[in-house]
Amino acid sequence: MEPMLRGGVVLDCTGRLGWLAGRLLADLGADVTRFEADGADVSSAEWHALNVNKRLVRADLTVPGGRRMLEQLVAAADILIATPEAGSEEAFDHGRLSGINPRLIVVAITPFGLTGPKADWLASDIEIMAAGGAMSLAGEPDGAPLRVSAPQSYAWAGAQAAVGALTALAARWRTGRGQLVDVSAQAAVITALSHAPTFVDISGITPTRAGAYMTGRSVTGANYRVFWPCRDGFINFILYGGAAGRRTNEQLVAWMRERGFDLGPLGDIDWARFTPTRASQAEVDSMELPIGRFIGSLTKREFLEEAHRREMLGYPVSNTADIAADPQLEARGFWQDLPGPDGTERHCGCFVVVDGVRPPLVRPADDTGKIRRQARET
Amino acid sequence: MNAGVLALDGVKIVEFGGYAAGPHVGKMLANFGATVVHVESMSRPDGFRMQYPPYKDDKPGINSGGCFTYFNDSKYGVTIDLKNPEGRKLARKLADWCDIVIENMRPGVIDRLGLGFEELRKSNPGLIMLSTCNMGQTGPRADTPGFGSQLSALAGFCGLTGAKDGPPMLLYGPYIDYVASTLGATAVLAALERRQRTGNGAYLDVSQYECGLLFLAGSLLEYHTSGKIAERAENDDPDAAPHGTYACLGEGWIALSCWSSEEFARLCGAIDRADLGRDPALATLAGRKAAAARINDALNAWTRDREAHEAARMLQAAGVHTHAVNSVADLFTDPQLIARRQWSRRRHPVIGDQAYCAPAFELSETPGDVTASGPVLGADNERVFRDFLGMSEDEFNAVRAQGAMD
Repeated sequence: MEPMLRGGVVLDCTGRLGWLAGRLLADLGADVTRFEADGADVSSAEWHALNVNKRLVRADLTVPGGRRMLEQLVAAADILIATPEAGSEEAFDHGRLSGINPRLIVVAITPFGLTGPKADWLASDIEIMAAGGAMSLAGEPDGAPLRVSAPQSYAWAGAQAAVGALTALAARWRTGRGQLVDVSAQAAVITALSHAPTFVDISGITPTRAGAYMTGRSVTGANYRVFWPCRDGFINFILYGGAAGRRTNEQLVAWMRERGFDLGPLGDIDWARFTPTRASQAEVDSMELPIGRFIGSLTKREFLEEAHRREMLGYPVSNTADIAADPQLEARGFWQDLPGPDGTERHCGCFVVVDGVRPPLVRPADDTGKIRRQARET
Repeated sequence: MNAGVLALDGVKIVEFGGYAAGPHVGKMLANFGATVVHVESMSRPDGFRMQYPPYKDDKPGINSGGCFTYFNDSKYGVTIDLKNPEGRKLARKLADWCDIVIENMRPGVIDRLGLGFEELRKSNPGLIMLSTCNMGQTGPRADTPGFGSQLSALAGFCGLTGAKDGPPMLLYGPYIDYVASTLGATAVLAALERRQRTGNGAYLDVSQYECGLLFLAGSLLEYHTSGKIAERAENDDPDAAPHGTYACLGEGWIALSCWSSEEFARLCGAIDRADLGRDPALATLAGRKAAAARINDALNAWTRDREAHEAARMLQAAGVHTHAVNSVADLFTDPQLIARRQWSRRRHPVIGDQAYCAPAFELSETPGDVTASGPVLGADNERVFRDFLGMSEDEFNAVRAQGAMD
């Protein structure tokens, strides 16, 4: 069946904040043209990973010639994605561009949105993660707020921009017109906070960072350990309730018993009646002591395979090498090999399998002559 | 309320499943006008209703949980007993009525209920169905059960959070579920676009794990290309210095970063340390990284006596990347989020007024809206089954008497 966004023409004029948006639309079948100024560095892994599957055009959109070229392309485009900054707002102004093509959808991705008192504030990933509340929830309770070391706010903003672009595309079937999609990266990060805002709103409690523990699951305020040292790293394991938690806890106890580990209080617990929302901290601590001894004897891979076999909840804390070697991803054809400047590049494939087939990436990430030659040969 | 055209007006969605990964997709689309029906049963309500606080007055109750309502605003709520043959018939009618089915059960479960894609499309050939689960519908670990808070560890996020020599850190809640729900919404919307063009439906198999990896795509390509394993680095960044968080008065913190020597000089001027800005040893990124302790001492000395939001305003005025580390409570008072109407209060019969999160983007012509609080269990059975499906009163009562809505 044909690609879902076949025929969709997307102009990607974004900076780092918006790269993922065009990648997602390209993976879903749109024809995405990516603009980079002459001489702009496109060599980083980050650039390649998020600009693969797009057609690269070298053009400076801040000079009149580049602007004229963009305007010609706008006439036949469906979606233009930009990350307007001081000095480039006019080039991507929806009002002006809709004069050229009233059906054009303009997606503007900025740290705080195009309106409001902080619309002009400077922010990179760390400030956006701070503004969106995510950093207040990551890190040790008595330590500094943390971000994820690989930038996340750009991905949140780009993903929300793709949703916005396609929502506007759906609206166009009804209205016949394009519109402006004004994406706030700060607001996009709030999505990552799960239901944390409801604690402030309903209970007057401000959730805080809990380090390696999970909070917010108990009315007694008890914290549950999440990360357990194992032989070659860490395991993420949590005492859950409900049907799935019951099976996991029962299987863990059975596994420990088979291996001859001391069960402590675990052996006497009726897991069908265990409710994590009501357990006290002392009860949690006494349950976790023997679990820690047991998990400390396992490797990450051992836990992954055996927990799967026993239908238990819990996963190892993977690094990029663990992920790259995961047979599950290999079996699903997640990785896609494309020509790169130094040989083959292995990319994350399209995030969705459509009608049983993962849509293939069709364009390599770089525009060097070498890559173009390789692409023709493959 | 939006009195104009809604972006997704007329799009009908039915959700089978619970927690975050499925229902959050429906919420995002409901906020732009889709008619979304969330299906639970009296005996197996959505796990977010009872398993996660907060509850109104701290009293766990089937209709008092704010976690459930937060992800199910603007929807209709019905109960169907899928173990009851009459219930399955009712579910089938609902699936025939809708354009899109969203489900996040374990792989195979929806098929065993007789509500799998191949079965449903026999009577609804243009159906779009999104199946979202931990690992995807295929592969050796397809049947793995799991929650997003743990999957975030398998997908690399937790290992990339924390100090280099310390333990991994938790991200709040099922972080990766929201990555998958956001990407899942793009897949559903893309499928709608194709259906509009061709009339064809689609089956969308979303692995939450794979979605998460798109958020680490650069680090993964780096590993595949060079063998370099990405490591957690506290708040450091390879391209900026200083780059971190600094404690302010009280409990507050600010995050700030400098991406050029000019910006660093502006920062130094703003904190009355122009001497550092003029120091040639600090004029390069490498120089500033080498002198991190000295720079951080100067910054800490300036920030510790200042309120975080005020400090951030001062540094922004000087042209420096900075923002207060907003607490979750701050999100309700941040003037930027207030100006952009990030929160909409809607009244719930048990919880009372609750703040719901508005979309992260504004559409100029067809704006989104939070149209209702999350439903109490089975609140809309009559509306959905009688008005949407066209059941007569007698038919409705008979089906209900047979336990289909238990």
